Amino acid sequence: MELTQLLVLAGFGAFHGLNPAMGWLFAVALGLQERSRRAVLGALPPIVLGHAGSVLVTLALVAAVRVATPPRAVSYGVAALVCGFGLWKLLRRRHPRWVGMRVTGWQLAGWSFLMATAHGAGLMLLPVTLAGHERAALALSRETLAAAGVHTAAMLAVTATLAVVVYERLGVSVLRRAWFNLDLAWAVALIGAGVFAALT
Amino acid sequence: MLIQPDPTFYPSAREAMRAPREKLAYVALLDTKGEGRPDGLATVDLDPDSPAYGTVVGVHDMTVPGDELHHFGWNVCSAALCPYAPHPHVERRYLVVPGLRSSRIYVFDVKDDPARPKLVKTIEPEVIFERTGYSRPHTVHCGTDAIYVSALGNVDGDAPGGVFMLDHDTFEPLGPWEADRGPQRLHYDFWWHLGHDTMITSEWGTPNMIEAGPDLGLLVGRQYGHKLHVWDLRKRTHLQQIDLGDQHQMALELRPAHDPTKTYGFVNTVISVEDLSANIFTWYLEDGVWKAKKTITIPAEPADPALLPEPLKQFGAVPPLVSDISLTLDDRILLVSAWGTGELLAFDVSDPLNPRQTGSVRVGGITGRAAHPGTPGTPRNGGPQMVEVSRDGRRAYFTNSLYRSWDEVFYPDGIDGWLVKADIAEDGSIALDPGFLVDFAADGRRPHQVRLQGGDSSSDSFCYP
Repeated sequence: MELTQLLVLAGFGAFHGLNPAMGWLFAVALGLQERSRRAVLGALPPIVLGHAGSVLVTLALVAAVRVATPPRAVSYGVAALVCGFGLWKLLRRRHPRWVGMRVTGWQLAGWSFLMATAHGAGLMLLPVTLAGHERAALALSRETLAAAGVHTAAMLAVTATLAVVVYERLGVSVLRRAWFNLDLAWAVALIGAGVFAALT
Repeated sequence: MLIQPDPTFYPSAREAMRAPREKLAYVALLDTKGEGRPDGLATVDLDPDSPAYGTVVGVHDMTVPGDELHHFGWNVCSAALCPYAPHPHVERRYLVVPGLRSSRIYVFDVKDDPARPKLVKTIEPEVIFERTGYSRPHTVHCGTDAIYVSALGNVDGDAPGGVFMLDHDTFEPLGPWEADRGPQRLHYDFWWHLGHDTMITSEWGTPNMIEAGPDLGLLVGRQYGHKLHVWDLRKRTHLQQIDLGDQHQMALELRPAHDPTKTYGFVNTVISVEDLSANIFTWYLEDGVWKAKKTITIPAEPADPALLPEPLKQFGAVPPLVSDISLTLDDRILLVSAWGTGELLAFDVSDPLNPRQTGSVRVGGITGRAAHPGTPGTPRNGGPQMVEVSRDGRRAYFTNSLYRSWDEVFYPDGIDGWLVKADIAEDGSIALDPGFLVDFAADGRRPHQVRLQGGDSSSDSFCYP
């Protein structure tokens, strides 16, 4: 992978980690409920795992398609899919609700998987990973893993930092001012990524 | 769609106490004359700096008569900040107003002109019957994922009553909430402990048990509701019932602690068939089991039988008939409406199993007819009924009408509606504000529930302590 790709993947990871709806807020809430920093930190691995799982599944599916399909067709297909999903996110504001406040680690991971999937976290990364012409299945799977890994590491760093800083220092009242509408930004990012896929 | 969260949402109840002071109240008005006049939704100015302070600045008449409006609520509230279903960029702008007798639900938009809510949707009774199997919608709460509405009975007016949901965006009824109701049949109020994924429901009676007025036979037979039901809020299944004792008839309003880490709350029972007292129970979680303990008893007051309405003459006493309670957002002060004796009581409930009375005021009452300090020469009828506390916990607003057919029994000379305000001091003592008296006698309709603009102490639920 090129440096630009790596940076973009990490950037998207940071962006996803920044979104309270992707999990750090849940970790803070669980910590406040239990009055324990351990609960905050303990919630992070399942959240990050669920997110990474969703991203990996999306990237792997497209990698599988790429083995059998001409690159231009894949690019246009991905562009249409990602743009369409972005537009849909722009118009629809529903969020999946699957769990409550008492969750096991697996439920938390499942919730995170669902949130990432419903928001199109993996889709947003697709256009970046399309670059390069390696066609062999092995190369693609290696690339897919690397892409998901870079993305996840960046997400983990941002989400863990935010969870700890909000829990220890800022408090959840910061949400009232700082929680700008990331769904809107998210939809725009998806559309932008789709356009990028069509043009490159 | 908003860019920042709705400014009326607060992550925690304690932070909501720092919200700006309320400027408007919305009040459900009930027509009692039966002359084909519809109920109304009144707007009252609560801004002390406004020349219209303490007056009705607008009334929206419903489209058809006979609704009997009761406990309405907001479309969304602070629960939108909850971490497992986060969607804070929606607006608290719609009031969902159910007609308890008609089973019709109105949706009002208050955004563009808060003093004059605009009717934007009407859900007809048939739609509710068909989609939910329930009738007589009563209480509305903004949930994390939907608008929840309680219903007193099925479409025939019998048991079971329960809870149904409305879609957050379209307000379309989604169906009954319960997946497994276990032994629950009677229903009245519901609320939840979000931090524990637990719902609590209470019991009044089915529509057929209450619509003609209180039935002494049912009362003496201890047939009205006297249980609480505990539910798994996620799985929608019945977990446990708590019997408060069948002498404690009509378990009504549920006020769980606002702090989501706490596992207790308060419920009032209207009348004990043993001594006509009204009682408050504290429910609490202990060793994984929900329990309830009677923590406040408000005794009946002896009275001259000549002054009493027919069903009470034989007892020579006025029952307090506690019909509503309200808990400040810091979980410290519980206000209690004794509709029969005309008293509003305040209790410090910092120690929830050992409440301590901190204040009392009187206005109205079946025999007392206490005057309001703003009009000392004028006896008042009705009594403290629906009570709503401001977010900062410093002001309580309350009205005097209960339910049409029950009003007639206990106040046979009719009720002249009023809305008054009590100020709550730091120590929990309360005093009626002589300068605040909204008199609905001229309108002729009776005020029931009050909601405060931006939220109040029984409109929002919080996911963070």
